[in-house]
Amino acid sequence: MIIRLLNRNYFTFLAVLLAGFMLSCGSDSSKQDRVKVDVDEISQSDVAKQGVQTARQIFYSLPSPLETALILKRSGAAYNAEILNPIENLGRYTTTKSMALNLGIFSTDLSYASLFDQTPASIKYMSASKKLAEGLGILNAIDNSIIDRLEENVNNRDVIMDIISETFLNTNSILEENDRVAIGAIILVGGWIEGVYIATALVDDAGSADFELVERIVDQKVSLLTIVKLLEQYSDNPDVQSVLSDVSELGVIYDKIQVSISHIEVVNDDTSGVATLRGKNVVSVSPKVFQELKDKVKEVRTKYIM
Amino acid sequence: MRSFIIILLTSALAFSSFTGSAQCKSFAKKVCRLELKPYIHDGNYNAAILSEGEDAELFKTFYAGQQYRIAVCGSEPLYSIEFQVMDVDRTVLYSNKSNGYKPTWDFKVEGTQQLIIMVKVNENASTSAEEVKSGCVAIMFGLKTD
Repeated sequence: MIIRLLNRNYFTFLAVLLAGFMLSCGSDSSKQDRVKVDVDEISQSDVAKQGVQTARQIFYSLPSPLETALILKRSGAAYNAEILNPIENLGRYTTTKSMALNLGIFSTDLSYASLFDQTPASIKYMSASKKLAEGLGILNAIDNSIIDRLEENVNNRDVIMDIISETFLNTNSILEENDRVAIGAIILVGGWIEGVYIATALVDDAGSADFELVERIVDQKVSLLTIVKLLEQYSDNPDVQSVLSDVSELGVIYDKIQVSISHIEVVNDDTSGVATLRGKNVVSVSPKVFQELKDKVKEVRTKYIM
Repeated sequence: MRSFIIILLTSALAFSSFTGSAQCKSFAKKVCRLELKPYIHDGNYNAAILSEGEDAELFKTFYAGQQYRIAVCGSEPLYSIEFQVMDVDRTVLYSNKSNGYKPTWDFKVEGTQQLIIMVKVNENASTSAEEVKSGCVAIMFGLKTD
């Protein structure tokens, strides 16, 4: 039946494709300054422009563990090692879901420790992340040379940040390459939950002087919408369904918080070359709702690390 | 025999797709990531194979007080990549079209905002109407750390 449906054009297309593929194998793009992606060998053949009909691709980008940690620090958060997920919990994570969530959690802990120059803690969290990445079959994302480079650059925060960023990119791209994007989404949600947990754990009173940190916690209402959209793309995956259910529970509490987003005005600074998107948000959260959010985040995070 | 050819050719299609994906990763890592310097890459990987005339959108929250660099890069043989930054009402805040298709834009936000980055692969007028070119398009974000 399938064979009958294939017409001559399909065979012609595939034959051209195979020829393009064989040609691409013989090319040497490694010497080029720009990396040449060989799909052009395929598409430069006689595939008619008129025949190209594809759906627009949509990406949902969550804050990475590195960005989460940076936002925490900028908001005036202090370093507190006691609130991080202890490395000793590593042995508990044996399922794909628990390994993915805690790879995200450890990644945020690693970024947070690194931004506060806690290099011994950074090395421990990088080693724990390596084990979880290997457990998930993401081999070579974090190799021993990365641990060595961390040790060699204990006093150079920028280099350490760059090494961490490289490991995240390796992990994400390997998952994408192997069509395991749902796991990548769970890792990012794990990292995001840890960031919200650290932030809420550092605020004792929503009306206190930590208001900038409170604002950043409330801002996560905006990110939550992106998280839901991202997870919904993989909702046929049972692990994603379960994480989506937890995130939705947080959403119910976030719905009680008022965030008014103002009109954006772009102001260019020709000297620095950095534009500013002007427009302040107005946030309204009662101490009761903040406590409810704090308790729910702790409950979800505890479930993930145990 | 016909089934064998189908399997062979379809395998070639799948393998070439994998090869394209691997090279897209290499392009993002070795070329586009460098456009972010001196900002630190956030570690996220957003890249896809797009053809001339195709577009894609990315949704991301940008946080108050943080300074960002967006880099949008296209591999050979793509001609030029246009990108626009829009708010949630799709009002265009920035377009690289009026800035010589510069691949990067530096900005900060006063209040946390969700923004949409729309990228479009421009068609090369000198290309034959019978051909369409494809390549890797990467959207990467840099964070200012100090």
